[in-house]
Amino acid sequence: MRNRTVTDTLTLLRRNLRHTVRYPSMTAGAIFGPVIVLLLFVGVLGKTLGSGLAASGGHPAHYIAYIAPGIIITAVAAGSMATAVAVCVDTTEGIVDRFRTMPVSRVAILAAHVINSVLSTIASTACVAAVSVLLGFRPHATVAQWLAAAGLLLFLTLALTWLAVAMGLVSATPEAASNAPMLIVFLPFVGSAFAPASSMPAGVRQFAEYQPFTPAIETVRGLLTGAPIGHNAVIALGWCVVLGAGGYAWAVAAFSRPAAH
Amino acid sequence: MAVMTKKTETAPALTIMTTDLRKAYGRKTVLDGIDLRVPAGTVFALLGPNGAGKTTTVRILSTLIEADGGQASVAGHDLAAAPEAVRRVIGVTGQFSAVDNLLSARENLILMADLYRLGRRPGRHRAAALLERFGLSEAADQPISTYSGGMRRRLDLAMTLVGEPRVIFLDEPTAGLDPRSRRELWAIVRELVADGVTIFLTTQYLEEADQLAGLIGVLDGGRIVAEGTVAELKRLVPGGHITVHFAGPAALTAAAVALAATGLVNEERATVAVDGDALTAQLPSDGSIGSLRSVLDRLDAAGIAVEDLSVHTPDLDDVFLALTGDRR
Repeated sequence: MRNRTVTDTLTLLRRNLRHTVRYPSMTAGAIFGPVIVLLLFVGVLGKTLGSGLAASGGHPAHYIAYIAPGIIITAVAAGSMATAVAVCVDTTEGIVDRFRTMPVSRVAILAAHVINSVLSTIASTACVAAVSVLLGFRPHATVAQWLAAAGLLLFLTLALTWLAVAMGLVSATPEAASNAPMLIVFLPFVGSAFAPASSMPAGVRQFAEYQPFTPAIETVRGLLTGAPIGHNAVIALGWCVVLGAGGYAWAVAAFSRPAAH
Repeated sequence: MAVMTKKTETAPALTIMTTDLRKAYGRKTVLDGIDLRVPAGTVFALLGPNGAGKTTTVRILSTLIEADGGQASVAGHDLAAAPEAVRRVIGVTGQFSAVDNLLSARENLILMADLYRLGRRPGRHRAAALLERFGLSEAADQPISTYSGGMRRRLDLAMTLVGEPRVIFLDEPTAGLDPRSRRELWAIVRELVADGVTIFLTTQYLEEADQLAGLIGVLDGGRIVAEGTVAELKRLVPGGHITVHFAGPAALTAAAVALAATGLVNEERATVAVDGDALTAQLPSDGSIGSLRSVLDRLDAAGIAVEDLSVHTPDLDDVFLALTGDRR
């Protein structure tokens, strides 16, 4: 007989996947948001921003080559909103309380949510990456670099998902749950996603340099376009560990005390 | 070989037992020392107004939250020491429906079957059988958003039954249901009890407790203020009476004399309350046919015609209002 936690996780994952496939609006939102920003920045502002970047030196003339890695990270961040809402809806509707009174592994309830969210975020991020290729993003990376970039994105997705699960668990209503991850979703904008941190005014620049998304963006950009990476890869992985462990601990603590109706 | 059996009056097996159960949220005491004894295979109704602590009691007994103090066991398993063992034998249907609204009824039941690890084919069979039993076969594959409140509650209960629990907690199972759905649910509860399941019911409907429960505990302000059978509780409050209505003042006056002349009800001296405006005479009665006949006989013997007659027996409403204070 298979381990109970594994069996329960698979059963509940099937349920969560069904939700995602049948009601894909939140996942679709995680695709549309970044794609619209991409269209805006490339189609409307791209020419000016691109020439500005080229003038400041060292950056490719085509703005899409600069922004695409940032947008891909934005897509990962946007997935956390769908996660938080899904978890909140689930826990406030009473079905999870039912699971708690059953001989069901409690870890499995969270694990199924996390796996489902990671899978849907992978799908939405892949869509956003495909759109940026359609718009002219031409990464020149080796297979190893592609894999490294995908690995970092996966790690970041996992970390942000645990954080978003915790936010969904502590939110009283789905509305609150959709607001809670706003900080995560907008953080890449105040990073090096759209312009280099070095081009920003003092204060904003320091914030951009030291926030978690900038090293991840710089690493993915370096892997896909050949820009210098430096210490960013190590810092990015460090942030993932911190955010993931923090999110995990928060989620488990929040789940162990049931929501008071 | 002779077998020695010791004949003793064995107490009925207790399925739910609590001793001095306590729960507080911050400084607000919700349960202030609850002692409950629920025999196996019976319906126990926990009756009380909103905020009395009914749902908290169910949440503790169904392992959702932990008590702050006291002991409790369900089906012989201590709640604090072996919550997993408790979860294996219980089922819970709360007042907030715990169905997955994004799945169909059939999918919900199969989900339960999978979580109880019934196996693929037996699980599907069980789901189909429960859909049939609860009258949900036709709507089985429709979105639950199209379901009525009664259908939703039936599905909720059907999901609880997938694991064949021996103890079922029903937390205000008919709150918000129309009378017809309520009756259907009662019928299901009676079937379950006939199958030997123990039911722990909370309700604020006295009729529901009256209809279903063998034993009733009245919970108020976190304490059990009364406990017993329906009949025992009714005996706690006086209030039964017969009201006789007459055609005119002359008949009423004559009746008052005739009824007061002799102690008639239960051999006691009757206190007859005469209402000249309503033309009624009211006298205490336990509502029995005997007391009724005796009143009518007296009036007959005195040649007084009765216009109308009504009997009021003490019901649980009287008990409830008398016991749970006058906060209304």
